[in-house]
Order: sequence, then C-alpha cells, then structure tokens
Amino acid sequence: MTRYQKEIVIKNLFFILSLISILILGLIVVFLFREGLPIFREVSVREFIFGREWYPTYSPPAYGIWPLIVGSLIVTLFSSLLAVPLGVLSAVYISEIAPPAIKEILKSIIELLAGLPSVVLGFFGMVIIAPWLQDTFDLPTGLNIVNASVLLAVMAVPTISSISEDALYAVPQDFKEASYALGATKFETIARIIIPAALSGISTAVILGMARAIGETMVVLMVAGGAAAIPESIFDSVRPMPASIAAEMGEAPFRSGHYHALFATGIILFFMTLAFNLIADFIAQKFKEVGSATL
Amino acid sequence: MTRQTQSGAMKWRYVKQQVFFGLVRLAALILTAALGGLLFYIFINGFRVISWDFLTLPPTDSMTKGGIMPAILGTLYLTVGAIAVALPLGVMAAIYLTEYAKQGKVVRAIRIGVNCLAGVPSVVFGLFGLGFFVVFLQFGSCILSGALTLGILILPTIIGAAEEALKSVPQTFREASLALGVSKWQTILKIVLPNALPGILTGSILGIGRAAGETAPIMFTAAAFFTARLPGSIFDEVMALPYHVYVLATAGTYIEQTRPLQYGTVLVLVALVLGIDLIAIIIRSYMRRKKRW
Repeated sequence: MTRYQKEIVIKNLFFILSLISILILGLIVVFLFREGLPIFREVSVREFIFGREWYPTYSPPAYGIWPLIVGSLIVTLFSSLLAVPLGVLSAVYISEIAPPAIKEILKSIIELLAGLPSVVLGFFGMVIIAPWLQDTFDLPTGLNIVNASVLLAVMAVPTISSISEDALYAVPQDFKEASYALGATKFETIARIIIPAALSGISTAVILGMARAIGETMVVLMVAGGAAAIPESIFDSVRPMPASIAAEMGEAPFRSGHYHALFATGIILFFMTLAFNLIADFIAQKFKEVGSATL
Repeated sequence: MTRQTQSGAMKWRYVKQQVFFGLVRLAALILTAALGGLLFYIFINGFRVISWDFLTLPPTDSMTKGGIMPAILGTLYLTVGAIAVALPLGVMAAIYLTEYAKQGKVVRAIRIGVNCLAGVPSVVFGLFGLGFFVVFLQFGSCILSGALTLGILILPTIIGAAEEALKSVPQTFREASLALGVSKWQTILKIVLPNALPGILTGSILGIGRAAGETAPIMFTAAAFFTARLPGSIFDEVMALPYHVYVLATAGTYIEQTRPLQYGTVLVLVALVLGIDLIAIIIRSYMRRKKRW
C-alpha cells in the first residue's frame, strides 16, 4: 500500500468513527422505541401522555404519565428560579468583577460542584434538608418539590454558570471600552452592554441548565417524595419521570405492560431533552456573529 | 441641571453599582458555602466510620456491618471499562473533527450529535443499556454492560476535551512537520498528539470522575444490591459505590441503623470523585502556566 493510500484509509476510518455520536443517538432511539412502543397496543398515545392515573401495578393497570410530566416540569421550573440568578450572577462575577486569584478559585469550586455525584446530593437532601423542612414548616414529609428543586438547582448552576461565562468572555473588548468612554459606570456597562451582547449565550446556558435538571434522576428519585399525583402546593410530593423509571424498572416484570410503559416514559423524556438541546444549539448557532458562546 | 443634583445622580448610579456588586458577590458566596457546607458535613459525619476494615472488608450481617470493599472494587472496574471504551473512540472522533474535516454540513451534524448526546439524561442511558446491551446483545446485567453504558455516557466529554486539546496545538507545528515532507497521519501521530496529550489526559480524568459517580446508568445494567463473592469475569454483576449509597439510604429495613455506613460510603465516594476532579484541575492549571507557546 502506498503512503497516499494509507492516508486515505486512515482519514476514512476516522471519519466513520466520528459518526459514532450520531450512531449512538440513533441506536438510543431505536432501542427506546423497540422496548417502549408495545405499550401503545394497550393505551393510545393521548391516553398515555394526558392520562392522569399512573397505577401500573393495579389490575387493570392505568398508564397515564401526565402526573409524572407535571412533576418533572414543576421541579425544573422551580429549580431554574434559583439556578438562573445564581448561575448568571456568578458568571458575571467571574468574568467581569472578580480579581484573578478569586476567579480561579471560584471556577474550580463550580467545577467541583458539577462533579458532585447526584446520589450524594440526594443523600444530603434526605438526611439534612428533608428533616429540616419537615420540622420548620410542620409538614407530613420533607421529601417534596422544594427539596428536589433546591438540589436540582445545585446541579444546574455549574452548567448555567460556565456556559454564561464563556458567552460573557466572548463579548468584544471594544464594546466595553466604548461604553466606558461614554462615561458609563461598570454596572451600567455590564447591565446594558455586556449582558445584552451575551444574551444568546446566556439563553443557551439557561436552556441547557434546565435540560440538565429535567433529566436528573437520583435527586428526584431520593427527595421528590414519589407521589404520582398532580401537586397542589410546593410542599407536595411529586414523582418526576426519571424517578418513576429508576424506581420501578427493577420491579417491572420483563416485557410486561409496566416495563414497556417505563421505556415509553423514557422516549418522552429523551425527546424533551433533545428538544431543549436542539433549541440551545439553534440559538447558539444563529447568534454566533454577535459574540455568543461557542459550544 | 445644577451641580448638586448632578452629583446626586452620579451618587445614585454608584449606589446601584454597589448593590449589584453586592448581589453578584452574594451569588458567588452562596455557591462556595453550598460546596463547603456539604463537604464539611459529609466529612464530619463520615470520617469516624472510615477505617482500614471499612475499606477492605465486604459487608456482613445483611449489610448492617462490615465494609465496602466490593463496592469500591466494582466502581473501579466499571470506571476503567468506561474509559477504555470512551477514550480511543473519543480521541479518534476528535482527530477527525479537528485535523481532517472541512467545515460543512457533515461536521455541523456531527457536532449537533455530540451536543445532543451530552444532553441525554443519565436514566435514558440506563434504559438504552438495558434494551441494547443487556437484552438485545444478551450480555445480561454485568460489568461489560455497565462499562459500555458509562463509556457512551462520557464519550461527549472526552470528544470535547480532546478537541480543545488538539485545537490548542499551534498550526505552525503542523506546518513545520508537513514542510519536512512528513505525511499528515505521521504529523498527527508524532507532533500533534504528543503536544495535545496533557489536555486529553485532563479531559479523560474528568470523564473518569463523572463515570465513577453516576448511579442511574448502572442501576439496570450492572449494579447489584449485594454479591456474595467478588466478580470473576466481565459477565458478573458488581456492587458499586453510588448504587450502594442509594440502596442503603432508601431500601432495606435498617435504614436508620446503617446511617453511619451510609455516611462512610458517601465520604469515600465524594473523596474519590472530587479527588479525581481536583487532580484534573491541578494538572490543567499547571499546564497553562508552563505552556511554552
């Protein structure tokens, strides 16, 4: 084989390997559908998604995952109420205000926060936050929406902070100098020039942070309480989709209706996070010229 | 406008700035306190449990006594397996993306693929591992299935880190090598990769940390509540640290009684994962300072 041919072979080999992510995504879809679709012989798609009764082990069973979807959306929403301000403000501090030494330390702290195993956060929520909530607010259980939301926020903050930070860095120095030259204070420059210029990157960060929260499993499995009902207050228990899958898969008989229903829940979860990611990608790509984050 | 109101307005602008700076510092402080508080709490409650026996003995008396050695070992096996899967694939994919690919639709699609894979929930990886490795390929619930599942979970991390590392090698290095008549592949192998190696290493270490701490992907693919003997082959089920924490804290009849064991296991897990991350962070900052170009 000539040297030239060898080069071609290597190049093509690497090309094929680089497609692996797409291949895996394809396989994920294929196998989720293979194990999940059979449930739709028992219930219609509409009944499955909008059904309000999740009693997979009763006879006859009820496979309505609406309470699980609502549970997922609620904890994600509440966690982002905490995570977005914390994440964006800490990114502003790191990129615009902090002295270099503090900046490095804080970046490491956020990275370590991102590295905390989710089961550890869940454990912390069970042994510390839950009893505290229960005593303080005189509740029947401390395993509820508030507890899960706080911990999910801890998981989402590093994503939001680090991507927002990249976006803030990408704002051209000229913009800031022009603003200062007009006599603007540092705060005015940040609030009216830097943040607006980085807004697409910050939006991307927020969306990816929320995607992280909605797909997070161990925290909601351990501290959300597990009640498959539409909650009426923030101190109610919920059973978000990942929690339901993780908790019940072990007990569901192989290829039973319950087993298929859990895979079908996985399909819904997968496409929800996929949508979040594609929207984030779209925003990041569309506004690239204005100095947004490179993902 | 008189001079007085003007200076009043100026003052107000600075007050706003101070308030904002205060908020921003508060956010940073909350994050620091969250991490610090959590680590302190885990350490205080966990360190009394840690002993040589705890680290080297298997659980005994229906998991209410004894140690966590099989779980440590299981996590080690799964993590080594995961990195063995993800590192070669990830580095080769990154080499194509940075060294060969021309920017275009295909590369764009690959990048979207990597980003989307990075966003797949960990429990969905677990379902996929169950449907594909355990059921379809008939590996059963075992080290192999778990390691493969964790491997594809950390693949996007490795690809991203390897791409960054390869991109940071100056273009002039490649040009100098090509000018000497060296082929492209030889240039990549002898010039680009060695210079990118520390960066790739850092990314891999972070990937290892991630794989060691994940629970949901191994729940249905590898992890066992308790194994009487240590795994003998890659087709055996294993205990794993994160799963052990989950099981002790939520299932079983002795949740309160095993609290100390739970704290001990959590401490070992956190020390392992954050220790790994810290090593990566230190290597990286050392490299940045030492960089010659």
